[in-house]
Amino acid sequence: MFFYYLRLARISILRHWGLSLLMVTAIALGIGAAMTTVTVNYLMSADPIPSKSHALHTIQLDNWDESNPFKEGLEPPPFLTYRDAKNLLSAKKAQRQTMHTAAKAVIEPLAEEDLPLYVTVRANTADFFTMFETPFVYGGPWQKEVDDNNDLVVVLSEKINERLFAGENSVGKSIKINGDLYKVVGVLANWQPKPRFYHVDKVKAFDDSEDIFLPFTAITRKKINFDDNSYCWGPTTDNWQDYLNSECAWVHFWVEFNSPAEKQQYRDFLNGYVEEQRLYGRFKRPNDNRINTLEQWFKAREVINKDNNMLMAMAFLFLGVCLLNTVGLLLAKFLGKSPEIGLRQALGASKSTLFYQYMVESACIGVMGGLLGLLFTYLGLAGIEVLYGEKMKALVTLDAQLVIFAILLSVAATVIAGLYPTWRACNVAPANQLKSQ
Amino acid sequence: MLESGLIIRALMRNKIGALLIALQIALTMTIMVNAIFMIQDRQQQMARESGINEEDTFYLTNTIFAQDYNIQVGLQTDLNAIRKTPGVVDAIQINAIPLSGGGWSSGLQTEPGEDKDGIGTAIYMVDDHAINALDLELIAGTNFSPSDIGWRLPAQSAWPAKVIITQALANSLFPDNGQSALGKTVYISNNQPMQVIGIIKNLQAPWNGWSGVERSALVPFQMESRSGRYFIRTEPGRRDELMPVIESMLANSDKGRIIRRLSTMEETREQSYRQHNATNKILMTVVSTLTLITAFGIVGLAIFSINRRTKQIGTRRALGATRWQVMRYFMVENFFISAVGITIGIIGTVSLNYWLVNKFNMTPLGFELIALGVVTLVIVGQLAVLYPARKAALISPATATRTV
Repeated sequence: MFFYYLRLARISILRHWGLSLLMVTAIALGIGAAMTTVTVNYLMSADPIPSKSHALHTIQLDNWDESNPFKEGLEPPPFLTYRDAKNLLSAKKAQRQTMHTAAKAVIEPLAEEDLPLYVTVRANTADFFTMFETPFVYGGPWQKEVDDNNDLVVVLSEKINERLFAGENSVGKSIKINGDLYKVVGVLANWQPKPRFYHVDKVKAFDDSEDIFLPFTAITRKKINFDDNSYCWGPTTDNWQDYLNSECAWVHFWVEFNSPAEKQQYRDFLNGYVEEQRLYGRFKRPNDNRINTLEQWFKAREVINKDNNMLMAMAFLFLGVCLLNTVGLLLAKFLGKSPEIGLRQALGASKSTLFYQYMVESACIGVMGGLLGLLFTYLGLAGIEVLYGEKMKALVTLDAQLVIFAILLSVAATVIAGLYPTWRACNVAPANQLKSQ
Repeated sequence: MLESGLIIRALMRNKIGALLIALQIALTMTIMVNAIFMIQDRQQQMARESGINEEDTFYLTNTIFAQDYNIQVGLQTDLNAIRKTPGVVDAIQINAIPLSGGGWSSGLQTEPGEDKDGIGTAIYMVDDHAINALDLELIAGTNFSPSDIGWRLPAQSAWPAKVIITQALANSLFPDNGQSALGKTVYISNNQPMQVIGIIKNLQAPWNGWSGVERSALVPFQMESRSGRYFIRTEPGRRDELMPVIESMLANSDKGRIIRRLSTMEETREQSYRQHNATNKILMTVVSTLTLITAFGIVGLAIFSINRRTKQIGTRRALGATRWQVMRYFMVENFFISAVGITIGIIGTVSLNYWLVNKFNMTPLGFELIALGVVTLVIVGQLAVLYPARKAALISPATATRTV
C-alpha cells in the first residue's frame, strides 16, 4: 500500500506542480534559514574538550573595591590577582590547577641571515598541558619543578616548529627571546580547540591557539610582556613588583576536579582562603567565590554572540511563516480534491486509509523540502563565511548529526503542517460531493 | 463598499483558510518591522563619524626586540623619518586606534577625591602632531606645544598637566555648559589634576559598542614602550603607494625591531563593523525572502479559491457583473484578510520588540516603522492578488451554463 500511496502522491504533486514547487521552496527556505543559524550556534557552543569538560572549572574571587563593585556587583572580576593565583596554585587543593595568560614575544634569529619572528605566547604552569590534554608530537610538558626554579623552557606549536626547525624533532634545541635561550621540551600537534575554551570572551573565543608556550615565571620575572586585559582598582602602581602585588585581576586560574565531593571541598577551601586574606585587610566585599563549569563560564563570557541568538529566533519565526504558508496551501489543495475523496469514500475507503494516503503525500513534500533545505543551509553557511571571514571557518561545517536533524525537522514540520488539512479532507461528506458531480 | 457584507459572509464559510493567510501576514509583519528596525539601528551606529580622517590614514606596530635599544631616540628618529617622507602629511605614535576595539580608558572627575564619581573616557596618548595627523577639528582652545609632551615610562602612574577633550566628554563632565570646560581642571586617578586646554569636535573611542564612544581625551605623552603604534596620514590618494615605502624604510633602517600589522583605517572600520554588516545582510535576506514567500502564498491560495468558485464567478458575470466588479471582489477580500493579519501583526510586532528590548537591551520601536509595515503589507497583498483576480475576471459568463 505504501508504494501505491507514493505513486498517488507523485501524480498529485506533479499535477499541481506550481503549487508543489511553492510549498517545497517555502519549506526549504524555512529549513535553510533555521538550520544555518542552528549550525552556527551549535558549533559555537560545541564542547571543545568532551573528555574533560565536566572536570574543568574556572575560579573567580571578588577582591574588588568595597564601595565601587566590579560590574555593579553582578559578577566578580573574570580573573584573579597574581597573588591569589599564586597562593591557590601553591595550596594544591585540587586534582590539578594551572594559571595562565596571553603574552607576546619576538623570537630572535640565531643565525645572522634569518629574520626575527613575532609570536603569540601562552604563559602557563605545567598542569596546563595535562589538564587541557594538549597533544604532543615530540617531547612533552615541562616538569612541575620548572614553575618554581625558573628554568627557561618552551613548548612549540606545530606551526612554529615547522617554521623554525622544518618540522623535525626539536626537543633539546633552543630558541632566543629577549636575549635569553629557551630549551625546547615539547612540540604540540596541531591543537586548535573551538571555541578556544581556555581563553574565551566576546572577541577572542574563536581565535587560534598560541604559537609558543612558556612557563608563567617568564612573565613574573619580566622576561616577556603579557598582552591581555587587566582589570585594576586600588593604589596606582609604579613598578612591576607593585603590580604583581596589586589588586589588578589578570591571571586566568583553572582547576580540575574528579568528583563533586572534590568541588565541595574546594569551595570550602576557597571560603577559608578568603577569610584568611581578610585578616590582611583584603576582600572587603561579601563572599562571591565562584567555581564555574565550562558551560557557566562560556555563558558569563558571552561566547555566543547576542546577534546569533537574535538571528536564530528570527530564523525560527521565519520557518513558522513558511509552515503557515504550507498549511494554507495544503488545505486548499486537499479541499480541492473533495470530489475525488467523496468518490473514494463511497467506494469503501476508510477514513484511516485516506488519512494515511494524504500524510504520505505531505511527508513527500517534507522530504523534498528538507533536501532542498540542506542545499540552502549549505549556501547559507557559505554566505556566513563570506560575511564573517576566515575566523568563522570552523563554525560553518555540517556534520552528519546536523544533516539528520535538518531532514527530521523538515519532515516533522511538514507532517505537523499536513495534519489539519488532511483531517479536513478526511471529513468530507461523500454524499454532498457525489451530488455535485 | 457595496459587497462588503457579502464578502465577509463568504469568508466566514472558509474561516480557517482565510485565517491562515492572515496569520502568515501577521508573522511576516512581526519579523519584517522588527528586522528593519534592527537594520536601521545598526546603520545609524555605523554612520557615526569617528572624527578622524579615514581615507588617507594607516598605522603599523613597531615591536622592538634588540637588547640595548634606546627607545626614546629610536622613536624620534622614526617619527622624523616618516614625517620627512614626501607625500606624508604627518605621523604620530599613539597608544590606541579609534574603532579598533583595543585601547585604554580611565575616569575623569571634576573634583578630586576617591569618593567622587568619574566619567569614563578613552585615553589617547599622543604628541603635538596628533591634531594634524588624525585630522581632528579643534573647536576651542589650543593644541599642545612641544614642551608639553612628556615621556611615559612602563607602569608609570603620574599624568601630565594638560589635556584636550572631545565636545561630548566636555558635555558629560560639565552638564550645565560644555563650553565652560575650557581652562578648567579635571582630575584623573582620583586626584591628579589636568587642565583642559582644548576641545575637539569629534573623536571616537576604540570601542564602537560602548555607550560613551564619543568620549575621548588626548594626553600629551610619548610612550617608552617596546611595542608601539605609529599612525600616519598621507596626502589624499597616496596612502596605498606610501604604505610599502614606509614599511620597508622602517624595517631597513633598524634591524632591532619588527614592523608588523600594517592596516588602513578603512580596513579597521570594516573589521570593526563586520558583525553589524553581516547581521544586516542576513536580516535583509530574511525580510525579502519572507515577503516573497508570503506574496506567493497569497497568489497560490487565491488561485485555488478562484478555481473552486469558477462556476459562481461565471454566474455572477452572467447576471451582469462587470470584469472590474469581479476583480474588485477579490481585491477587497484580500484587503479584509490583510486587515485582520495586520491587526494581529501590530500586536505581534510590539510584543516581539518588547521581548527584544528586554532580552538584548535594544531601544523600543518607533511608530513610523509600524505604519510603514502596514502600508507595505497592504500593497504587497494587493499586488499579489492582482494576477489571480485578473484571471477570475477573465472567466467567461458561459462557464455558468456548463457542467450543470
